[in-house]
Amino acid sequence: MAKNLVEVNNVKKYFPIHKGLLNRVVGNVKAVDDVSLTIREGETFGLVGESGCGKSTLGRVILRLQSATEGSVKINGRDVHALSNRELNKMREEMQIIFQDPFGSLNPRFLVKDVIGEPLKIHTKMSAKEIDARVVELMEMVGLDPTRRNRYPHEFSGGQRQRIGIARAIALKPKFIVADEAVSALDVSVQSQVINLLMKLQKEMGLTFLFIAHGLNVVRHISDRVGVMYLGKMVEVGETESLYAEPLHPYTAALLSAIPKPSPTKKRSRIVLQGDVPSPANPPSGCRFHTRCPFAQEKCSQVEPKLQEVKPGREVACHFPIGVEGGSDMSKLNR
Amino acid sequence: MAEKLLEVRNLTTGFLTEKGLVKATDRISLAIEKGKTLCLVGESGSGKSVTSMSIMRLIDYANGVILEGSINFKGEDLVKKKQEELRSIRGNKISMIFQDPMSALNPVFTVGEQIAESLRLHQNKSKDEAWKEAIELLRMVGIPSPEIRAKQYPNQLSGGMCQRVVIAIALASKPELLIADEPTTALDVTVQAQILDLLQDLKEKLGTSILLITHDMGVAAEMADHIAVMYAGAIVEQGTVEEIFSNPSHPYTVGLLQSIPGFEGERGGELYTIKGTIPALGNLPQGCRFNPRCPHVMDKCRQVEPGDIQVGDEHYAKCWLFEENGKAAVAGKGDNIHG
Repeated sequence: MAKNLVEVNNVKKYFPIHKGLLNRVVGNVKAVDDVSLTIREGETFGLVGESGCGKSTLGRVILRLQSATEGSVKINGRDVHALSNRELNKMREEMQIIFQDPFGSLNPRFLVKDVIGEPLKIHTKMSAKEIDARVVELMEMVGLDPTRRNRYPHEFSGGQRQRIGIARAIALKPKFIVADEAVSALDVSVQSQVINLLMKLQKEMGLTFLFIAHGLNVVRHISDRVGVMYLGKMVEVGETESLYAEPLHPYTAALLSAIPKPSPTKKRSRIVLQGDVPSPANPPSGCRFHTRCPFAQEKCSQVEPKLQEVKPGREVACHFPIGVEGGSDMSKLNR
Repeated sequence: MAEKLLEVRNLTTGFLTEKGLVKATDRISLAIEKGKTLCLVGESGSGKSVTSMSIMRLIDYANGVILEGSINFKGEDLVKKKQEELRSIRGNKISMIFQDPMSALNPVFTVGEQIAESLRLHQNKSKDEAWKEAIELLRMVGIPSPEIRAKQYPNQLSGGMCQRVVIAIALASKPELLIADEPTTALDVTVQAQILDLLQDLKEKLGTSILLITHDMGVAAEMADHIAVMYAGAIVEQGTVEEIFSNPSHPYTVGLLQSIPGFEGERGGELYTIKGTIPALGNLPQGCRFNPRCPHVMDKCRQVEPGDIQVGDEHYAKCWLFEENGKAAVAGKGDNIHG
């Protein structure tokens, strides 16, 4: 088995809430609350969940774009949050990010060759000529016409701009890339082109991806393993195919059943969750999902379940996982 | 065939730009039957929203001009009406809900006041009556403790609840046609599921016809009775939901369905892609507008634009492949679409 490239241990990220004249801290938004995960070298780890569940914050904490309140993140054996600024800067060559918004993430005053060449300028001692040659090479790798490198980002379409963002991210030949909703803003026909590109680059460069997205079908396609987050907690982690086929956590089951499938003949049995996601500033006691869970029992509101392995390659944080002895039974749901 | 509530014929809407007149929709024809749902699907820029804005004649306020065509709603041609006359139809017989519920609501009025306003305006209800009915409407769209919620402002409600409020306002006048422009795009999937269920439920209860605009083939499969697929300003394929999904015919529809990663079967392989990009509306290719990207392109496609050609029962595609004997080359291609 490949070694672990990324190890996240008990990471917490709290954002303080200030109030009143003296600006006292009156509480915390617990965006990420005690999350651990490992990503193996060369694999794609998909992270899914609804807005506000903390998946993007976790991605940013892993890259130390934001500091962690508690916990540690090791990438390639080094604790990212313990590095000095100089060491961190050096480390950034190995870890990069692709953002969601292809319009907001590129400097509109930079030519495309400057956008893609900037990491090379900062991190390498390449001459202007060498940088230009590398930019041409990178643009060809991501399927852009290198003769257009002297243009501005606004002259490119959304899909092309996302390719520019990808070229920038791979410029330094990183080991690890966080793709934060990298294809969510794109139309399906463009989306499939960009997904193919990411998978091609992964194969060619041996990249490791943390693929954050809310589009569950895209995550299924691209990921080797998937983690499901709810309200700052990791509720389920597992091998992609087995997780999609037999979800263990009731939230995962509800999430999967809620996606409209492009096939009118398959009228699925849907678990419609009641209500909305509670506030992460004041999460429910016990299991955070118990207020919306169709299988909730008394224990769920009192004791917080820990993420543990219940089947080979499958971890879940639930007292009564679906399809496990003594767990929840889908067939008993009134629909 | 059931009675048609709305029939649009050859609707062409243009915008005057610096580069001259640009046709955002090109000879759109569609019909919605009473109590049925028509889904208009397509990618961004395909002209879905312009079509719905034209039907509401709101396009006049967005510098758009209806160049030709008719919009027949219950025997009246909306294209020929003056804006003053339209005001009594809009929000009364035809209502609209928009993509972003937060910005569709006025932040300085409580949600109850906003629903009541619509009732007072369109149905001349007294203040008390309107308020009582507003609460009933909130109950109908599934908002818990409506008496309390009615007194709250939009920022105190979640996105899903705001969309329920917008739906309540749209339904206040018991419209015969509801136009929903991407009503769930801004919402999370579990909330989207709730809203789609609500729309389906209300359609059955009230017999409202729905024109649903979406880019999501999954939403269309679930909600639609009929589907119209738009590409670069034109409807390229049209038919019943079963026909479109079991026998997609236009190469664009086929490509669109194949590009979606599936939930079952093989994963991790290369996804199908439609080569190239959507052409600019001011610079459409000659002949079929899809021809530069089409895997089945023929000489004729580059010269003459195809009209609607019947490919099945109530199923039409604008594609020369079907010119003579109906289902030809691409038929059957839809078989390997993922579930």
